[in-house]
Amino acid sequence: MKKISGANAFIEALRCEGVKHVFGYPGGAVLDIFDAIMDAEDIEFILSRHEQGAVHAADGYARASGKVGVCLVTSGPGATNTVTGIATAYMDSIPMVVFTGQVPTHLIGNDAFQEADIVGITRPCTKHNYLVKNISDLARVVKEAFYIARTGRSGPVLVDLPKDVMKDTIFFKYPDNVVMDSYCPTYKGHPGQIKRIVNLILKSRKPVIYAGGGVVHANASKVLVDFARSMNLPVTTTLMGLGAFPSDDPLSLGMLGMHGTYAANMAVTHTDCLVAIGSRFDDRVTGKIDEFAPKAKIIHIDIDPTSISKNVKVDLPVVGDSRMVLQGMLSQVKDAGDEVKVLLKGIKPWLKRIDAWKKEQPLRYSKGKAIKPQYVVEMIDRLTPDDTIISTEVGQNQMWTAQFYKFNEPRLFLTSGGLGTMGYGFPAAIGAQVAFPGRTVIDIAGDGSIQMNIQELATVVQYRLPVKVMILNNGYLGMVRQWQALFYNKRYSHTSLEISPDYIKLAEAYGAEGIRVTEPSEVEGAIKQALAIEGPVFVDFIVESEEDVYPMVPAGAPINNMLLV
Amino acid sequence: MRHAISVLVDNEAGVLSRVIGLFSGRGFNIESLSVAPTLDPAKSMMVITTSGNEQVLEQIKKQLNKLINVIKVVDFVGKEFVEREMILIKVKAKEETRAEVLRIADIFRAKVVDVSSSSYTLALTGDKRKLEGFIEILHPIGIIDFIRTGTVIMEREMHGRRKLKV
Ligand SMILES: Cc1ncc(C[n+]2csc(CCOP(=O)(O)OP(=O)(O)O)c2C)c(N)n1
Ligand SMILES: [Mg+2]
Repeated sequence: MKKISGANAFIEALRCEGVKHVFGYPGGAVLDIFDAIMDAEDIEFILSRHEQGAVHAADGYARASGKVGVCLVTSGPGATNTVTGIATAYMDSIPMVVFTGQVPTHLIGNDAFQEADIVGITRPCTKHNYLVKNISDLARVVKEAFYIARTGRSGPVLVDLPKDVMKDTIFFKYPDNVVMDSYCPTYKGHPGQIKRIVNLILKSRKPVIYAGGGVVHANASKVLVDFARSMNLPVTTTLMGLGAFPSDDPLSLGMLGMHGTYAANMAVTHTDCLVAIGSRFDDRVTGKIDEFAPKAKIIHIDIDPTSISKNVKVDLPVVGDSRMVLQGMLSQVKDAGDEVKVLLKGIKPWLKRIDAWKKEQPLRYSKGKAIKPQYVVEMIDRLTPDDTIISTEVGQNQMWTAQFYKFNEPRLFLTSGGLGTMGYGFPAAIGAQVAFPGRTVIDIAGDGSIQMNIQELATVVQYRLPVKVMILNNGYLGMVRQWQALFYNKRYSHTSLEISPDYIKLAEAYGAEGIRVTEPSEVEGAIKQALAIEGPVFVDFIVESEEDVYPMVPAGAPINNMLLV
Repeated sequence: MRHAISVLVDNEAGVLSRVIGLFSGRGFNIESLSVAPTLDPAKSMMVITTSGNEQVLEQIKKQLNKLINVIKVVDFVGKEFVEREMILIKVKAKEETRAEVLRIADIFRAKVVDVSSSSYTLALTGDKRKLEGFIEILHPIGIIDFIRTGTVIMEREMHGRRKLKV
């Protein structure tokens, strides 16, 4: 065996982790790594045009594929540019490892050129982070970083790599195991608690399942569907949980919360047994917390003990992996026999009531002369294949997509839920397209958000990534304008985007294609045309400028207090 | 309620700031803090005393457990424990009060660790109540300055003892 450089050892470590794609941007502190990566033909490097783009792409790659996303950037400004992307991944529990260059160890703390204390800066927004001060720690740290990122409640991990450590040499050996006495997530739920959950549901008459992103992360959708159907339990999901339960299933209530469906919010308000699975009672979901599920016994299944009883008092908690706990619950149901029949009979009136709510106030919008953004989303849904991956930006575009695009499978919907990061959708779509080159990938965008990472147009053209960007161009920072309209007397303070680029010319300037759509009658044709184009396309839908998202629960109000169309 | 929490952590750079960040991130004040390596030099024990909203504290304890470098968290509320803290206190010692200061030091079993023509510096070990009593008594005589180490705490070994009923 021969000694190899830290940079080569780093590449070897990535290989040992099975990494096939790295998103990033070079710079002085990582020159050695970039030199080494040039020879690594089995690892494809995707050069973004801004480090934020690289992190969101790694994030989108992870969400779509379930694998750990990998990002590599330089020290100082390269590292600080990743912070928003790391915080975005942290809030949504996305497995990701971000490698940052660092100045040589003897200069750390000296305000050296392009030095930033990125470990200090990202401490509160990573699951864990490391500074590798010694080459002998490198392999172990990389191993631990990937392990921590993908296990337990998954999340981003940052590893800071000083330049001299990358130049140092070592006999490379990748550890076989991770040995950490301070980190051991619980996967298997407590069997007694699992039994009690099923008994509690069996005794209920108005049960509802409230499923979140944890179901997607745990790959628990199939067993969730089996479990819900075994007892005829209606299911509402959070924004992050969309796709975890098929939208077109009769038991589906759609999304709950601030822009949730009437049926979902009413069901949660009246339920006597709320089964929360991989969801965390976020304020956008619960509205006024004291009046959230006020009549219910609350069951909470979560891999993260800190999520339990954080916002609401839980009657029956279980710490564990959603999939394993649901499997346990399902086998309990199979043993329950007659009691299930009693339940199935007993909840009929409840299911009827839910159906009535669905019919009374379905998601809807009024037709008009201008293009309605909801209509564009509906048409995209109708015209795209079942395995299409949809990302969104943040704002009204995001909420309309959540409401009007019917997700029937997990990992098809990529959106920044917890942090609400404008500029997320386009790079995330890039990551998803890299993971699945053959599938249709669409970013449903707002005209404000798309400008936040528009430079990534160069990336899609360079790597021939046929991402389709559908801009719902309302000329406003629409969601903020909506709040100003409803709660600030229509005083539109700095939310009108008076100047925007000509998106067609812009796309063309980068070597992509652009289509503009101004009439409702052209919407269908334009979407078909965009889908037929082999390369990346921007479609600029000039939509109704002051359309609002409904239903809407005003911030801090109980969720049955909805403003309706 | 006052809580004394011990946190066993990996003895490495940055761990203290991870732990403290959980308190500061929730606007929680730490009343005292002490950190030092343990019998196993690869690990450090931190003792944090704090008080505040019980629900938030419950969250902080869960979050502490979640930190990768944290091995064990113990909240001593409701436990049998021994607790000690040390104080160095500098008091004015004029002609007419010198004897009085020494008498008080003697009663509390404090040690005189430094003397000048106008002051005594005393060292005292005890629990929080004893230290605060000492400060209170010396106050009228004139405290120039003091410094405290923060609490250290250890669970009592109850094995082989009878619990006395009071
Ligand atoms: C980085 C960032 N800055 C500010 C906000 C606040 N914000 C939320 S929605 C929104 C408007 C988004 O406008 P646009 O992308 O045009 O979407 P629309 O709501 O019009 O569909 C803003 C400014 C945010 N979420 N993220
Ligand atoms: Mg807009």
